[in-house]
Amino acid sequence: MSNVVVVTSGKGGVGKTTSSAAIAASLARAGQKTVVIDFDVGLRNLDLVMGAERRVVFDLVNVVQGDAKLPQALIRDKRLDNLALLPASQTRDKDALTEEGVGRVIEELRESFDWIVCDSPAGIEKGATLAMRFADTAVVVTNPEVSSVRDSDRIIGMLDSKTRRAETGGKVEKQLLLTRFDPARAARGDMMSVDDVLEILAIPLLGIVQESPDVLTASNLGCPVTLHNPDSPAARAYDEAARRLMGETIPLRMPRQEKPGLLSRLFGKRAAA
Amino acid sequence: MSLLDLFSRRRQTAPVARERLQVLLAHERALSGGADLAAVLKQEILEVIARHIPIDRDHVEVKLDRGTQVSTLAIDIEVPAAALAAPAPPPKARRRRAAAT
Repeated sequence: MSNVVVVTSGKGGVGKTTSSAAIAASLARAGQKTVVIDFDVGLRNLDLVMGAERRVVFDLVNVVQGDAKLPQALIRDKRLDNLALLPASQTRDKDALTEEGVGRVIEELRESFDWIVCDSPAGIEKGATLAMRFADTAVVVTNPEVSSVRDSDRIIGMLDSKTRRAETGGKVEKQLLLTRFDPARAARGDMMSVDDVLEILAIPLLGIVQESPDVLTASNLGCPVTLHNPDSPAARAYDEAARRLMGETIPLRMPRQEKPGLLSRLFGKRAAA
Repeated sequence: MSLLDLFSRRRQTAPVARERLQVLLAHERALSGGADLAAVLKQEILEVIARHIPIDRDHVEVKLDRGTQVSTLAIDIEVPAAALAAPAPPPKARRRRAAAT
């Protein structure tokens, strides 16, 4: 049985693409046949984050419009055999994607993949609505910050009303992925806590990814963080989130607050400020 | 929270963020059903009117004001002078189009 997961948020810059790449790589490494689709037509970036930017020949729009066959457009990951990428197009045409065409592509992908991860663009326009349209499950990526939480709330409302499942009397399973979390600031009361965000959005928690320099390092190199530095806290959080998606029960680890050493307490803070 | 924070007078900002969001979202969630209804009404009303009069969809305003006792629906459609002067399509064709939709 294949599973269509949309990674969405409403707000931009919260980590949808990073999370899509990291989770897809984790799923693939766990032996699942996984494809990740970039729905950000006009501003594609998943190819760059996954290090495949020079291998794009055909894209999602070409396949939807019938100019290329699906296998021609799929880019197989060089590190993992069972991971593939379907890049977005760089066209400026807003109507390049059609619901019927996207539905057809997803149905075809369902035949040969276990997981279809849809990386949604920001906003609530066509790209975002089509990315969630055929989803079975949604990963709502949220930062512990007011504008991100508000936009996530809006997206949750759309997942409950504008998806195929919702319209046919079913339900898209929604889970929260809290990213860029800073345990130290939350402990000081300067950042909303995990419980604060959970209480407001009222959906189950898939994982907590703490703010980490490893994420930028990995994207600099074009490698999902779960492959580049699997032992980093962020990669472990994504790995566990992927395993929870697969149905495993893993106790949630609260990100630990790093205790600054004496030297960094004396010099580090001041240098950073 | 560290011991130091107990003594400092610095105010925590996370509770402020939480409260502001709770108030805002309670309001927005109550509203979102109404916003969608207005959009659907606008779409369907326009379809009906457009069958008979050419109208510019940018010059249409649909407002749904929800009150506790009574809600009001206000529809403002700007009709160009030329539209009403134009001859109506033959009745036969009009009937067929209406049946088709």
